[in-house]
Amino acid sequence: MSPAASSLGKDLVGLEDLDAGQIRSILDTAEPFKEISERKIKKVPVLRGKTIVNLFMEPSTRTRISFEFAEKRLSADTVNIAASGSSVQKGETLVDTARNLEAMKIDMVVIRHWASGAAGFLADRIPSNVINAGDGSHEHPTQALLDLLTIRDHTGRIEGLKVCIVGDILHSRVARSNIFGLLKLGAEVGVCGPRTLLPAGIGELGVTVFRRVEEAIEWADVLNVLRLQLERMKGGYVPTLREYNRVYGISTRRLEAASGETLVLHPGPMNRGVEIDSDVADGPHSVILKQVTNGVAVRMAILYLLAGGAPEQAEAAKQEGVG
Amino acid sequence: MARAMLIRGGRVIDPSHDVDDVLDVLVVEGKVARVGRGIEAPEGAEVVEAGGLVVAPGFIDVHVHLREPGGEHKETIASGARAAAAGGFTAVCAMPNTDPVIDSPATVGFVRSVGQEAEAARVYPVGALSVGQKGERLTEIGELVEAGAVGVTDDGNPVMNSGLMRLALEYAHAFDIPVADHCEDLGLSGGGVMNEGLVASRLGLKGKPNASEDVHTIRDLLLAELTDGRIHLQHVSTWAGVDAIRRAKSRGIRVTAEATPHHLLLTEEAVGNYRTDAKMNPPLRTARDRDAVREGFLDGTLDVLATDHAPHHYDEKEQAFDDAPFGIVGLETALGLVHTHFVVSGEMDLRTMIERMSTAPARAFNLAGGSLGEGVVADVTVFDPNEEWEVDPGSFLSRSRNTPFTGDRLVGRPWMTIVEGRIVWQRES
Repeated sequence: MSPAASSLGKDLVGLEDLDAGQIRSILDTAEPFKEISERKIKKVPVLRGKTIVNLFMEPSTRTRISFEFAEKRLSADTVNIAASGSSVQKGETLVDTARNLEAMKIDMVVIRHWASGAAGFLADRIPSNVINAGDGSHEHPTQALLDLLTIRDHTGRIEGLKVCIVGDILHSRVARSNIFGLLKLGAEVGVCGPRTLLPAGIGELGVTVFRRVEEAIEWADVLNVLRLQLERMKGGYVPTLREYNRVYGISTRRLEAASGETLVLHPGPMNRGVEIDSDVADGPHSVILKQVTNGVAVRMAILYLLAGGAPEQAEAAKQEGVG
Repeated sequence: MARAMLIRGGRVIDPSHDVDDVLDVLVVEGKVARVGRGIEAPEGAEVVEAGGLVVAPGFIDVHVHLREPGGEHKETIASGARAAAAGGFTAVCAMPNTDPVIDSPATVGFVRSVGQEAEAARVYPVGALSVGQKGERLTEIGELVEAGAVGVTDDGNPVMNSGLMRLALEYAHAFDIPVADHCEDLGLSGGGVMNEGLVASRLGLKGKPNASEDVHTIRDLLLAELTDGRIHLQHVSTWAGVDAIRRAKSRGIRVTAEATPHHLLLTEEAVGNYRTDAKMNPPLRTARDRDAVREGFLDGTLDVLATDHAPHHYDEKEQAFDDAPFGIVGLETALGLVHTHFVVSGEMDLRTMIERMSTAPARAFNLAGGSLGEGVVADVTVFDPNEEWEVDPGSFLSRSRNTPFTGDRLVGRPWMTIVEGRIVWQRES
């Protein structure tokens, strides 16, 4: 039951492990999958007979549902496992959970885990394909891929674009995956947030650090605005949400003060009035809902590629399925 | 007839008496009787032919975790004492952070007597500094010393209350024992699992900055100066820590300090892709820090080599990095690592290595041994400086296998370990 060889390798753990060609091929492969979700009957036989486990050890709505739609629209059989109410809550270790899943002969695992490195840990221990749906503060590759696809859809390119990630970079897996992916595709990357929420040595990753959000907006073609988790205030990283909004919040006033058309992304869920004002979220700069739509297509593409599908045969596979 | 042993024809190196020559060592009734040339073996004496081998005062590791009581699945006092002997150590100092904590005369006595029963390396208990290692009030240090404790420490739980640390340094005066400290300001390091820096940032792991160790190190040095106390700083891992200790020593502050093999040899890069065998506390840091620790080890600022032997069961290390416990085993690799990377490489002479592994640790904790002088207890380490070997955790006598040095090719290996004139371990040929 060894999985067919895929152009991405066995797993998708992070964008740090991929090269530019692989990232582009995922984005390209997502294109033919976009239209499936527009059909009246949203189902193709691409993954017929494949069993996929969605192992979500941390709460998630958007990512879990997006994966589930992608899987179901490709005709895979899926099982969802959440931390609460499962054997994990009874003290089962990740190794044992993995081995038990494997013993039930599954093809793929989509894992969301609160510990950095958990997806790679699982990938090293089971022969099934493992897809990282977010591991701790490490990576969230499918989120970054859907961000890249959305940016490319709207600007026609990634290379040479200036993209600034705003907010809690320290704890953000979305930020890390975006930084790796954007740099590999030739974008310039900036980060902006309170110094308390920037990781040590972030500049050495090849990104520009902006002290003030006004400077970041002035510089950027694209802003990717991160959610400020309420725990960060309790942890003392920022004094109050009100102050955060005043100093770092993305507002129409700030966008209009900058020249040009800034594209605004947000991985959700949003705290309206904290990191992003409602008029921006709902306004002309925002492509936030496009991101959500693209998320399903990108995840279909990844499932297809990891199952051994060839990028150039995606169109045909929609009729016939893969191996 | 007196029990006697003659260790014949080895290269005897005894830093405490400035000896480095091919000599014989006669041991009678567990004590060194004579060191010299052409000594006749008394009738009935056990003769150890040590030609081509180095004969040194027994190595002492002043920082080990033997896990008993409470963590016997990781190590027991007996298995740890045997692992020590197999690593060429004739004595170890067992840290008190067990369950229950070694904070009473009864528990100190337990560690001591179980250690004696093992008939391997000597096991010296180190008592807790505070009751339950809670950092609130001092243990009955006088009684702990009476029961056999050779020092006090809250190792594992840094003493965050500076006032308590001051009291410990002052109170310990009467007993002339060192107060050992794991330097870490928990407010600065809280939640960290590796060094703070680029590697942690890339992996999305929470870091412990150098400053979390440095502020505590400098505080302890100031308190030792204030109290004229004896401070023993454990596992120094930062450049600024080494620098501060060097300056404190030149000011006459009574400080001894440890270098561990892993902080001498590895950097944060060893964490690689969430490798839990490179997770320890203090963490592996940058090349700048490692180089400073090396320099401190070479010039004697860090006068004691200690392993911080921290056994963990493989199930515990086979977890996500955040969940895995801190620490690695060290007893059975220390000699090979230091010999290979300092002596064979030409940076340190054998005499200095033996000074760091025997004489200085004995001095830091007022222990018997550390010397082959006449009348001194006959704790002797015999090792082969030329043997090449490969680190195979499967052959460890320790119950645990958690080492980042698996597969390393080393030169220099323990050959025989003698405690009080008795062979407690020898390598099977």
